[in-house]
Amino acid sequence: MATIKMTVNGRERSGEAEGRTLLVDFLRQELNLTGTHVGCDTSQCGACVVHVNGEAVKACTMFAAEAEGAEVVTVEGMANPDGSLSVIQQAFQDHHGLQCGFCTPGMIMSAAALLKDNPKPTEAEVRHYLEGNICRCTGYHNIVKAIMAASGQDVSAVAAE
Amino acid sequence: MYAFDIERPTTIADAVAALGAEDAQALGGGQTLIPTLKQRLAMPSKLVSLTAIPELKGVCVADDGALCIGGGTTHATVAAQAAAHYPALAALAGGIGDPAVRNRGTIGGSLANNDPAACYPAAALASGATIVTNARQMAADDYFQGLFTTALDEGEIITEVRFPVPDRAAYMKFQQPASRFALTGVFVAKYADGVRVAVTGASEGGVFRWTEAEAALSADFSADAVAGLSVSSNGMMGDVHGTPDYRAHLVKVMTKRAVAAA
Amino acid sequence: MPKDTGIGASTKRREDVRFLTGRGKYTDDIQLTGQAHAAFVRSQVAHGEILSIDTSDAEKMPGVLAIFTGEDFVDVGGNPAGWLINSRDGEPMKEPKRPVLAHGKVRHVGDAYAAVIAETAEQARDAAEAIAADIKELPAVTNMAQALAGAPFVHDEIATNQCFDWGWIEDNRAATDEAIRNAPHVTTLELVNNRLVPNAMEPRASTGDYDPGTGDYTLYTTSQNPHLTRLLISAFVLGIPENKLRVIAPDVGGGFGSKIYHYGEEALVLAAAKKLGRPVRWTATRSESFLTDAHGRDHVTKIELACEKDGTFIAFRTETMANVGAYLSNFSTATPTFLHGTLMAGNYTVPNVYVNVKAVFTNTAPVDAYRGAGRPEATYSIERVIDKAARELGLDPIAIRRKNFVKPDQFPFTSAAGLEYDIGNYDALMDKLEELADFGGFAERRKASEAAGKLRGLGINSYIEACGIAPSNLVGILGSRVGLYDAATVRVNATGNISVMVGAHSHGQGHETAFPQVVGEMLGIDPASVDIVHGDTSKIPFGMGSYGSRSLAVCGSAVVRATEKVIAKAKKIAAHMLEASEADVEFAEGNFTVAGTDKSVSFGEVALKAYIPHNFPLDSVEPGLEETAFYDPANFTYPAGGYACEVEVDPETGKVTVERFTACDDFGNVINPMIVSGQVHGGIGQGIGQALLENTVYDENGQLTSASYMDYAMPRADDLPFYTVDHSCVTPCTHNPLGVKGCGEAGAIGSPPAVVNAVIDALQSGGHNVTHIDMPVSPSRVWAAMNNA
Repeated sequence: MATIKMTVNGRERSGEAEGRTLLVDFLRQELNLTGTHVGCDTSQCGACVVHVNGEAVKACTMFAAEAEGAEVVTVEGMANPDGSLSVIQQAFQDHHGLQCGFCTPGMIMSAAALLKDNPKPTEAEVRHYLEGNICRCTGYHNIVKAIMAASGQDVSAVAAE
Repeated sequence: MYAFDIERPTTIADAVAALGAEDAQALGGGQTLIPTLKQRLAMPSKLVSLTAIPELKGVCVADDGALCIGGGTTHATVAAQAAAHYPALAALAGGIGDPAVRNRGTIGGSLANNDPAACYPAAALASGATIVTNARQMAADDYFQGLFTTALDEGEIITEVRFPVPDRAAYMKFQQPASRFALTGVFVAKYADGVRVAVTGASEGGVFRWTEAEAALSADFSADAVAGLSVSSNGMMGDVHGTPDYRAHLVKVMTKRAVAAA
Repeated sequence: MPKDTGIGASTKRREDVRFLTGRGKYTDDIQLTGQAHAAFVRSQVAHGEILSIDTSDAEKMPGVLAIFTGEDFVDVGGNPAGWLINSRDGEPMKEPKRPVLAHGKVRHVGDAYAAVIAETAEQARDAAEAIAADIKELPAVTNMAQALAGAPFVHDEIATNQCFDWGWIEDNRAATDEAIRNAPHVTTLELVNNRLVPNAMEPRASTGDYDPGTGDYTLYTTSQNPHLTRLLISAFVLGIPENKLRVIAPDVGGGFGSKIYHYGEEALVLAAAKKLGRPVRWTATRSESFLTDAHGRDHVTKIELACEKDGTFIAFRTETMANVGAYLSNFSTATPTFLHGTLMAGNYTVPNVYVNVKAVFTNTAPVDAYRGAGRPEATYSIERVIDKAARELGLDPIAIRRKNFVKPDQFPFTSAAGLEYDIGNYDALMDKLEELADFGGFAERRKASEAAGKLRGLGINSYIEACGIAPSNLVGILGSRVGLYDAATVRVNATGNISVMVGAHSHGQGHETAFPQVVGEMLGIDPASVDIVHGDTSKIPFGMGSYGSRSLAVCGSAVVRATEKVIAKAKKIAAHMLEASEADVEFAEGNFTVAGTDKSVSFGEVALKAYIPHNFPLDSVEPGLEETAFYDPANFTYPAGGYACEVEVDPETGKVTVERFTACDDFGNVINPMIVSGQVHGGIGQGIGQALLENTVYDENGQLTSASYMDYAMPRADDLPFYTVDHSCVTPCTHNPLGVKGCGEAGAIGSPPAVVNAVIDALQSGGHNVTHIDMPVSPSRVWAAMNNA
């Protein structure tokens, strides 16, 4: 066991980790930040996406020790400072971009990373960017729509509801 | 996962020293190794993380015009920084895995692992790249030695990969629908002295050069030039996603498309 | 104008806020003090005899607290099948015991035969690996035809591997055979309905807790129906009295059927918690989910459609082998029978239907209901064979369907498969589909695709499903061991806000938003003041849970009935407050008014009075304002729809891309259109996944070769298009108070045949004489079909 320190959602945090402790387990069990989820063991579903030093990574495919000293942002750190939903979060609610909510934290983190690099993505770009985030509930329709809406684009023409 | 220690050296020298320990293993971006550890298919005593070593990272152009990429450079960095010099390589890097994987996975890790369906081996082989380690330099033709097998010795670290930049090149990947690895991927690179064609995803022997296509394309760099060639399904992989015949067929289709796109 | 509140409003989901901010509480998020962790030792072989299990090394491993093997559970009950099916000859089905942990034999890869409890999850896994079992591998069988042909036998006592040989309707068999013999045209199709892994994104997880002071057990678990889980554990498996077992299904990350069932891990963590006096947690890895969650579909079917030369249907006859896996999961025997055979008349007036289903044991994971459950299999068989028949007869695929539709004036209509469809208008759905899918523009789009070197196809489909599962009276006759009513309690608090305890469980369906829309509308109050409580057997009266598109049709009806009772009681109290006769009090828009006067009290004032019963007519009215209703439906509901899919096929690679998808559904009345559309989107995503991507493959030794997302192709965002969905064709259900039918499964039922019909249409347009490709219609299969045709 070693003590690992990192900045999580703007706060200095520390906790105990073995060499084999994954960042996601450290966040969930040591820091009690259970918004980051684990949906697979092959680094594909993306339910565990967090930002490390400003980049989206899969917290299930990185050891806690590798995040020593890093700036980590999880879904718990994504709301506005006053606690209200951020633009992306609000767009997901407005456009029904989530159902069971399990993949949602990863979707929010990936969407935020996408819009940082590409503020007005096309539908195809959004779909391609979400290659590493699996949702089983929504058929992706409203996720794609929500992300495009969050980027300020008019999605009223998108098919049906 | 089995229990192990983890070290994060900050220099290549320290990393090499740390890898001298019994059953120590290098950890690049971990995008393949960590899932493998989760399945308890590997049992290292110690992982030596290469992610904190600045000298392993970066993209630059050498005096001879070759594009030099540090072994610890992530796919995302290659996609962004190689685009101006070697667009086909940048595009390949930008199509590996998914954005989060590209932010961790490294070129050195990919080449050291030599997954038979990985993308980078096709680029390295088709470009006639040089694999530079802490100990030596190897030509790509000598480096790849079959499924998950390379010329690397135990504890040897890929520090840099040097890509001669071709006149024209393109990579075409037909994705395996589940893993999104290459069901068949073909990298075509046209140099002044000839064309090189490397195929990943298809063969039981891992990445390979399609020499008949190289000859035909060296004479006539057009999609039509490979139309008359046929690829044997002998030695091609077969699984739920594609028979050997199908993969052999895709080799030709992807080669034609790569030539057209180059 | 769309409404902005109450029934019919696209109210934004209140539950979203906690999910969007990472504050959802799923089973694995709940940490109990002193919690230990379980890991299971699972069979690596598909079939084997357990000769010995040596736990001595594992017991000495760090952190190990306890080890269990099958031996520890020989005296407790098995996990039962919920439906008893009789074979055609009257013989009851074969129901082998499904133990908590395998004992004597292991019967599929992943079958758990031991479990370790340790301080940490990794320690438990370390020790699990140190258990030395001597398992003699036996020959395995995974192919159904081979299983029916003889040894090896999955269960030694079932020396046929056949669970049942069911006929529906057996009395119609001879007439159907005769009709087919004499028909002018018979189209035959052999097809596979591919086996799927449900893949809810949250893996299964369970935590058992035991209070030695009271003898009370608590189970936190990923369940779609906590009461059903409690019932199974109490009445069949562990024998814990129901009043000593509390089952909590907190936030659940999707189910799609796979979390209906009781699994052995739930019993194990309860038994372990009792033994250790500590909470015990188990969370599946995705790899474990692949091996042990109940899979779906897996039918092999031969269907024949007999018709006149003009396309008038005369008979459908099917022979199906349905894989049930190594053990019977709870609904596994109902899925291929009463959720499948009874739908084999489709939307059609076809006079003769006969269905034969043989359920087969194999050395594979159990197979059970997965989104749609039996109805996708029925629809796929019917709609694929109709398409083939239309092609053979040179008829338009829409015209042949219209010719045979049950017409609006024929309802209620008893189908040749025995169900009474209460209402519908299939022509109206097809009209809407033709409009929205722009069939008129298809020729132009095909031309554009061809110019780009692609083939383009259009596939259509019409479906009917039986939802709102189910009338207890009917399912009892059909073999169900339980009733399928639901329950709700409406508790009006003194300050006027309301808690509604419902038996339905929401794991993505939005009940926390939609049910208050109903209650708010009925009471004339803001839905925001109504809260839904679900997923805890200690808080809700009873409930059979969420599956079979039943939550709103059945549990929602219970909510209506309970709310009606609340209004009736409130009216008595209001009459007292208004010093009027109850008969003179009217209730509208949240106010009780004496008819023809301006004397009025609000619902909130009545609520307060109910709890502060000063000067209260106690002889005629009890204090308090809380009512419970159990609702048992009179019939199934019958959602129906018309679906259209346009695909492009790359003739060089065989890759199929879905270019357009249109779904027109009749769900009856709609409470929240936004949520309903979302349900359809999700169903379509899964249906396209089944049609093009997803495949569950066991090799001949019983190893699951598609056991992770590396090989099991889950639909991703870039595999799918935007969909056009519509639910404006409404024929309200005639027998429930909301006139609703259910919408959860439609997309998964209606989409696969539309996709495959479109692929065949595309290939035919390119001159390839391909009449069928089994799902998933993967690039390699399309390429092989083009090159073999």
